[in-house]
Formats: sequence, C-alpha cells, structure tokens
Amino acid sequence: MASLKDLRNRIASVKATQKITKAMQMVAAAKLRRAQEAAEAARPYSERMGAVLANITQAIGGGGDAPALMTGTGRDDVHLLIVCTAERGLCGGFNSQIARLARDHIRKLLADGKQVKIICVGKKGFDILRRDYGSLILERVDLREVKTLGFANADAIARKVINLFNQNGFDVCTLFYSQFKSVISQIPTAQQVIPAAQAPAAAETSNGATAVYEYEPEPGEILSDLIPRNIAVQIFRALLENAAGEMGAKMSAMDNATRNAGDMINRLSITYNRQRQAQITKELIEIISGAEAL
Amino acid sequence: MAEAFKFELVSPERLLVSEQVDSVVIPGAEGEMTVLAQHAPVMTMIKPGVVTVKTAAGKEERYVVFGGFADILPSGCTLLAESAVAVGDIDRADLARRIQEAREDAADAKDDEGRAKAEQFLSQLTTLEGALLPA
Repeated sequence: MASLKDLRNRIASVKATQKITKAMQMVAAAKLRRAQEAAEAARPYSERMGAVLANITQAIGGGGDAPALMTGTGRDDVHLLIVCTAERGLCGGFNSQIARLARDHIRKLLADGKQVKIICVGKKGFDILRRDYGSLILERVDLREVKTLGFANADAIARKVINLFNQNGFDVCTLFYSQFKSVISQIPTAQQVIPAAQAPAAAETSNGATAVYEYEPEPGEILSDLIPRNIAVQIFRALLENAAGEMGAKMSAMDNATRNAGDMINRLSITYNRQRQAQITKELIEIISGAEAL
Repeated sequence: MAEAFKFELVSPERLLVSEQVDSVVIPGAEGEMTVLAQHAPVMTMIKPGVVTVKTAAGKEERYVVFGGFADILPSGCTLLAESAVAVGDIDRADLARRIQEAREDAADAKDDEGRAKAEQFLSQLTTLEGALLPA
C-alpha cells in the first residue's frame, strides 16, 4: 500500500500534468482559430481557380493539346502517394487515421501488383509508414521549421511532384490529408491529383452561361501553366486543412487529457483522505488501548 | 465618370481587393492592358509587374504581382495572382531574392527552351525592379 507521502507526490505530479495539458489545449485553441482563418482566406483562390479551370477545359473540349498532367500517361502502374500529416503528436488519432487510410491504400495497390512511391509531408506520417513501407518512401518534406504555412511551401512540394512526373516517375498521384469538418471531426481523405479528376461538366461559372472567351496566349499554353499551379493550390489547401485539423484534434485530445487528470486527482484525493483517516483512527486506538492497559 | 465594375485580386493566401473600380491596368503576358467596364471576355496570363487599380471612389492603388491569371468578363474582373503585395509594402530584399533565384534558374536551365523562359522571367523581374526603385 502506498504511503501517504507517495500519494501526496502522485497528486502533485498529476496536477502538474493537468496544468500542462490545460495550457496545451488553450494554445491549440488559439492556433486553431488562426489556422481556420488561413484556410478560409485561401478558399476564394481555389474556388476561382476551379471556375477558371472548368472554363478553359470546356474551351479546349478535351482536345489533343491538353497537357499530360491533366490527362495522365494513360497507364496506372506506378502510384505516387503524398501523405500529409502533422509534425507533432499529442493530437489523438489524427495522424494514425491518415496513415491508416494511406496504408490500406498501399496494401491494395501492392496486392494489385502496382508500384508504389511515397512522399511524406510531416514527421508523424513518416514515422508510422517507415516501419512497414520504409523502402517505398522517396522523400520526406519537413515543415517543422515553418511558422506560418505559406503558398511557397506548397509550391515547392508541387514542383517536386511535377518534376518527377515529367521524368516519368509515376502515372497516378494521390494526395492524403485530413479534411477539416469541425473541431471534433476530421475526415481522412484521399484525393487524386494527377491525372486531374475530371471537373464536373456542370461547373458553370457564377455568371450563368459560359462566356466565349478570348485567350491570350493560346488556351493550351494557359492550361499548361494553370495545371501545375492548380496542383500547388490543391496541396496548399490540403496543408491548410491539415493544420486546422491537427489543432482541432489536439484541442479535443488535450481537453480529454485535462478531464482525465481531474478524475485521477479526485480518485487519488479520496484514497489519500481515507488513508489519513485510517491512520488517525489507528493512532487513537493505540493511545486508548495504551491508557486502558494501565 | 466611367462606369464601375467589380474587381477582385486574389492570392493563394488571401483576398486582397474586392471592390467596385473604374479601371484596372493589368500587366498581361502579351502587353499591358487597361480593363474598363463591359470589357469583352478575355482570359490572360499575367507577367510580373504592377497592377494599377482606380477605385470607384477615385483613389488609385498599386499592387505588385508575380505572375498569375486574369479572368475578365463584362461584369467584372478577377485576378488570380501567384503572390501579390501593395506597392507600399514591397520588400526589396524579397524582390532581390526572387531575381537571384531567377538568375540561378536561367543558369541551370537544361535546354534552350527552358533557358529562354527563365531569361524572359528574369528580364521581367528586373524591369519590375527598375520600375519600382524610384518610387
């Protein structure tokens, strides 16, 4: 049985832990707000980009001059997976959920006899996937030093991917990230980036009927510039959603931890008080029986 | 008084401008163009340069953009910039860094086409720097 002193020490240490988790929860809440704002600020760009893209694709009409990035290589033998996770842990099942989705995907592809390559963005996903599929990981992008996620970060990743594509490094590229639904719910998602998933034909611009555009320079040329940029935008969006999701997950994880610590303190306090009472009673009995013996 | 139309300047990080304007000067890939209301629909790439916005309130604002797209419709104009900053906030060091990068790109370009492209980009950047320096 633990002594009173041991119990006191344990209570003190749990209290210290509770303070830390509480602080982490508050930090995550503040960061979550910022991350959400950033995700919202980026939304207009990706929406307009989608509209412009839909417009141009319509103009080209799936003609032969559509760039390979959009139509793909026509094969699907080599798959590239970009797995975006957080840099830090302590955010519940956030990272493992994304990694699990990626792992299921990898297993299925390998069973079908496809070749798989992986680019890990974020340390945690790398740590998890390294165990089973270390040999498949091409590269790991480290964003730990990055304070605020900028478009430049996403652009750098996109450029790597496009370079690899141009060297015939892969046929299909899929992006894994976590969609931010709310603070308590993040949905791990797989999104195909290359070849671009066909935009729904009904994607009319907000101006109703699609106008007949003049293009400067040729539509094909614009498109070949637009598609890489669109890939960067998609990666950027994934990173922002991930950042918001990570903070949301961390907030609820730390909230749980704080509550658990509170429960533990209560339980330990009860044990402590009981034991103290037992000891007092025992001492009283000793004194009384000592007095009676006289 | 010219007719006003809606102009939006968007960068991946945020929406910079969204307001009624009289005219916008855009550094198009094939030359500068001034957009007024009721412009024919045009989609153009833009090169690094200065966008001059004349708001309906009569103010003139200038922004530096580094490449992107403009989507022009009779009802409005949307500019998707790769990155955009107000001229007042431009960071000289950042511009110098971009020029340096472009120079390196031009130096390591593998084929003629790539080199031509990189050199074109570099010259656009240096022109831009020249245009901004006296400001």
